[in-house]
Amino acid sequence: MLRRLTLALGLILTPMAALAAGEVEEFFLDNGMQVVVIEDHRAPAVTHMVWYRVGAADEPPGQSGIAHFVEHLMFKATDTMTSGEFSQVVEANGGSDNAFTAQDYTGYFQRVAADRLGLMMQMEADRMRNLRFDPVEVATERSVILEERAQRTDSSAGALFNEQMRAALFLNHPYAIPIIGWRHEMEGLTIEHAQAFYDTWYHPNNAILIVAGDVTPDEVRALALEHYGPIPASDTLPERARPQEPPHIADRRLIYEDARVANPYVSIQMLAPVREPGDQAEAAALVYLAEILGGGQTSLMSRRLQNEEQRSLYAATFYDSTSFDPSSFSLVNVPVPGVSLQEAEADLWRMVDIFLEEGIDTDQFARIQFRIEAGEIYAEDDTAGLARAYGMELTTGLSLADSDSWTDVLATVTPEDVMAAAQRLFDDPSTVTGYLMRPSDPQANTVEVSQ
Amino acid sequence: MIARLAAGLFALALGFPAAANIEIQQVTSPGGVEAWLVEDRSIPFVALEFWFVGGSALDPADRRGATYLMTGLLEEGAGEMDAQGFAAAVEGLAASFEFDASRDAVTVSARMLTQNRDAAADILRAALVEPRFDADAIERVRGQVLSIIEGNARDPNDIAATTFAAMAYGDHPYGSPQEGSAESVAALTRDDLIAVHRSTLTRGRVAVGAAGDISPEDLGVLIDRILGDLPAEAPPRPGPVVNNLAGGVTVVEFPSPQSVAFFGHAGIERDDPDFFAAFVLNQVLGGSGFQSRLMGEVRVNRGLTYGIGSFLSLADLSPALLGQFSSSNELMAEAIEVVRAEWVDLAANGITQEELDAAVRYMTGEYPLRFDGNGTIAGILAAMQSDDMPVDYIVNRNAYVEAVTLEDVQRVAARLLDPEALHFVVVGQPQGLSPGN
Repeated sequence: MLRRLTLALGLILTPMAALAAGEVEEFFLDNGMQVVVIEDHRAPAVTHMVWYRVGAADEPPGQSGIAHFVEHLMFKATDTMTSGEFSQVVEANGGSDNAFTAQDYTGYFQRVAADRLGLMMQMEADRMRNLRFDPVEVATERSVILEERAQRTDSSAGALFNEQMRAALFLNHPYAIPIIGWRHEMEGLTIEHAQAFYDTWYHPNNAILIVAGDVTPDEVRALALEHYGPIPASDTLPERARPQEPPHIADRRLIYEDARVANPYVSIQMLAPVREPGDQAEAAALVYLAEILGGGQTSLMSRRLQNEEQRSLYAATFYDSTSFDPSSFSLVNVPVPGVSLQEAEADLWRMVDIFLEEGIDTDQFARIQFRIEAGEIYAEDDTAGLARAYGMELTTGLSLADSDSWTDVLATVTPEDVMAAAQRLFDDPSTVTGYLMRPSDPQANTVEVSQ
Repeated sequence: MIARLAAGLFALALGFPAAANIEIQQVTSPGGVEAWLVEDRSIPFVALEFWFVGGSALDPADRRGATYLMTGLLEEGAGEMDAQGFAAAVEGLAASFEFDASRDAVTVSARMLTQNRDAAADILRAALVEPRFDADAIERVRGQVLSIIEGNARDPNDIAATTFAAMAYGDHPYGSPQEGSAESVAALTRDDLIAVHRSTLTRGRVAVGAAGDISPEDLGVLIDRILGDLPAEAPPRPGPVVNNLAGGVTVVEFPSPQSVAFFGHAGIERDDPDFFAAFVLNQVLGGSGFQSRLMGEVRVNRGLTYGIGSFLSLADLSPALLGQFSSSNELMAEAIEVVRAEWVDLAANGITQEELDAAVRYMTGEYPLRFDGNGTIAGILAAMQSDDMPVDYIVNRNAYVEAVTLEDVQRVAARLLDPEALHFVVVGQPQGLSPGN
């Protein structure tokens, strides 16, 4: 029932993990390019992805949005291909392609018939180093990303609120800055900015090739050597050292008013640890905490606030387990009409108190544990999803070994581990509490029709 | 190795896999329900898809929203289980059931592990056959539906689509949102829900798709276990409805820096002899990917939008050719003129041979790649049956696309694309856009 409402909140749900062990092989080219192959021979297709270990959080100050802008410009001309030819060739070969940018990574992918893999690699290798920026195209594409911001962010009260929440949560880390960029900085992005960012980060030793589908590791190795192998490594690749957060010593509150708000809600966010190389136990416990406290319909918050007390339309927790630097744990409560946001905020903390006092129902814990294990079976059905999960893990500092042991780490979590992690998280945290609501003066709420 | 590489480099000369390499088995359950199965034993679970054809268009005229609310309540208590008991039972089996309503069908997407399949089937059966419609659950889900209605009323995309549908279809069920209005939902009673449950979920008009770890024999038994106690008789559906919208622009004032446009006119039936030509035409006009005329002219060349597309809607009771995009308020008028110009040009001049070839290559190459997982395949199989498509369609579909000639496309372009009938609903504060132009 609530799938739509969840989306409307503008929260980003991180897939739990790459859970499949399966047939996955990893190797490195001499130029440092990492290669991961996931075999799946059920359909005659492959997903070909190149991930770069660079994202919005690696942008120079004042150039917010440049990582995403470069992602768009990667579809323009190279020395040997005309602008737009990349997608044209993919589609002429019956494939589809796209790209994505996040705080920690930028990725490019095509889904094509398996026998077109070599052609995809040839073109992807070409644009890794041979992009030619054109001033007219840069100007037009800047207009496109401004339209993208208008559509995805400025047209959505929930997205604007979320942007403000992130900006408030991170005092020093660039996670405070939106991936799409602040509008005034996007308007100032230039061809020189794009060129410099591209030249700094787009190199084989900063890239991960992931191929999933109807191929063998030997086939991928031969093709990768031919197409990516000749590209020299960069010897000036910067280290990804972002400014880190100081201790959070003060609670912060914000109110965002917007006439377009349909269902006012309260969000409470706090910093939380994430999966670290060789040390994923704390994050695994927090995954359970998010499930038990506010995951599905059987969670404490859903059971108490939605079902028993009928004080919430929707109440949930979100935990971002996979991130290069520490990220966030969030609680959200959309109260029923008649319950104020102040009361909704108090309800959230009441649920946390009840959880810390009453502890974990062992039956519920067993069910969730079984479901997490079963997730490994279902994940095998979606190899493109598996490829994405590996890409996220490998670009956020984890190794393939971390990825493969994640299921085991999750399986060995105990109720005591979860309680201990909850105590650490909720022991006097500094939080950001935000209200998303309509303007107190209810003007501009009218919708007029003219023809 | 060398052969594969050559295939990559001389891609265009070699053609594509003619179809997905999947084999559909037609199954009839002992109780008489027909199903299509793609058996794949490699992963120990099965995906099942049930499409109860009729959907929210079966709502009684004065009970708008009944089917939608009823569907939302299927997972809120059944048989001996209250809402929490039901959720715990599903969680404990690591099964997943998704219930959804559309104007043409109530759909159920289920995934069940092989190791506890019968227990999961019994829970799904309870949800479909014995939903409780407990008073507290009704009030809770009613509150959620009302919040969704409130949200849609403040979402420019929803306002655009809803306004367009109301103008095109009037009092027909297609003319109003399936969620109902705040008033109609507030008035729904438990008896209304019981009534639409009985009329909508029948084994007489259900399409069943299955994919994964199950034999045809076991599938037949499983289907009867889940659906066997549903009534066989299905009520009549509403008749077809003609899209009555005249050409022009309708502006809905909405406070936002960007405007949303929803546009289109009447479409073409799937069984029309020119359907595949229209299908190819739409790919050139505004189909998926970056190569379409609309994407090229509105986004790539002018930067007027982040994305624009068109599609052939094959709603059972009224096919349509529709499209959507967003532009900043100051750019919307120009974007609409560009769209209109493409409509005029294609209607008058058709497409080029190069465009036809590229569209056919894309469409035939992309098609086999869709069959890439049990859940996806089960959904495709159920959808095909709900549209009365033949079981050999998957094998022949690419040949139908390849048979389309330039002459076919020009003919259908002249017939289908009607610049005079093209209507835009624009939601926002567009500048320089006079209503009705």
